[in-house]
Amino acid sequence: MSSALKEWPLWEVFVRSKQGLEHKHCGSLHAADAPQALQMARDVYTRRQEGVSIWVVRSADIVASSPDDKGELFEPAADKIYRHPTFYDIPDDVGHM
Amino acid sequence: MSVILDYTLHLADNALVLGQRNAEWTGHGPILEEDIAMSNITLDLIGQARLLYQYAAQLRGGDTTEDTLAYLRDGSAFRNYTLLELPHHGPLVGYAQGELDFATTIVRNFLYSALMALLWQALQKSSDTTLAAIAEKSAKEARYHLQHSRDWLVKLGDGTDESHQRVQAALDHLFAYTQEFWTESAVERSAIDAGVGVDVSSLRSDWDSIIDSALAEATLHRPAAGGYVTEGKLGIHSEHLGYLLAEMQSLARTLPHATW
Repeated sequence: MSSALKEWPLWEVFVRSKQGLEHKHCGSLHAADAPQALQMARDVYTRRQEGVSIWVVRSADIVASSPDDKGELFEPAADKIYRHPTFYDIPDDVGHM
Repeated sequence: MSVILDYTLHLADNALVLGQRNAEWTGHGPILEEDIAMSNITLDLIGQARLLYQYAAQLRGGDTTEDTLAYLRDGSAFRNYTLLELPHHGPLVGYAQGELDFATTIVRNFLYSALMALLWQALQKSSDTTLAAIAEKSAKEARYHLQHSRDWLVKLGDGTDESHQRVQAALDHLFAYTQEFWTESAVERSAIDAGVGVDVSSLRSDWDSIIDSALAEATLHRPAAGGYVTEGKLGIHSEHLGYLLAEMQSLARTLPHATW
């Protein structure tokens, strides 16, 4: 016999839509374990035919960057516009890219 | 024709009465996610009932509609299994009218959806093409209902001391009512002979395996079924159906032809 959980763990839900190629994060929910998290994700997030595939992952297992590190992580990219491929002349024959 | 009608009403009443019972959880689920799951199951059942009542109304003809079948028939005209009309609590807490025991809900959904997952599957071979089509849609829903209730059964049975004790008590309370599944009625016999209905006795060993494997995983023991065999599908009901219908039908009876 296990002891009762006071609070169920939190899970992040990712759903792939019929047209979509990738799973997109669509929200989170509480569930006791992985199979139940999948079932609940089905009931909470795919009731209106939003998806054809579901991933769930424990929120605690996601390693996230800290908002405090925003400066050193992301701001240095701001003035490096040469990283965008906007400085090439595209031959007319190529058409719209 | 009336064989198909009677058989269709039996299936429809099962779905409506359990749907109405499970709807009592809407807004009262143990947690938000489960509240939504139970409401989805309820809507599946009421959706099945609607398709079946629409077909029954067509067979009966005249002024009959799905609404008159659902809202204007008295208890004795209903042909659902008695199991499905019982309140969400055990036999000894009748004074606690408002008490919803989740274990009772789960055990009932499990016992019934295990049967219906098999029955809808078999009914797809019915010589009646409308029933076969309804069965095809309903089979998928029933398989999900079975998965949902089985998962909970195992969690509660193999959970804490309290959850184990409560789910075993619910099983002990409800199991005898499943005898009605296996007691053939005249309507079922005629429907089988006409190639329309499913011979439920042919599903029994599969049902037993579903039940036994889940109970083993849930560390629960299977109660001996015996004693009085209920006869809801013959129209002889417990006292609980009247209260259920009173709540469900009062608006339609007070304001006939009301629309919204």
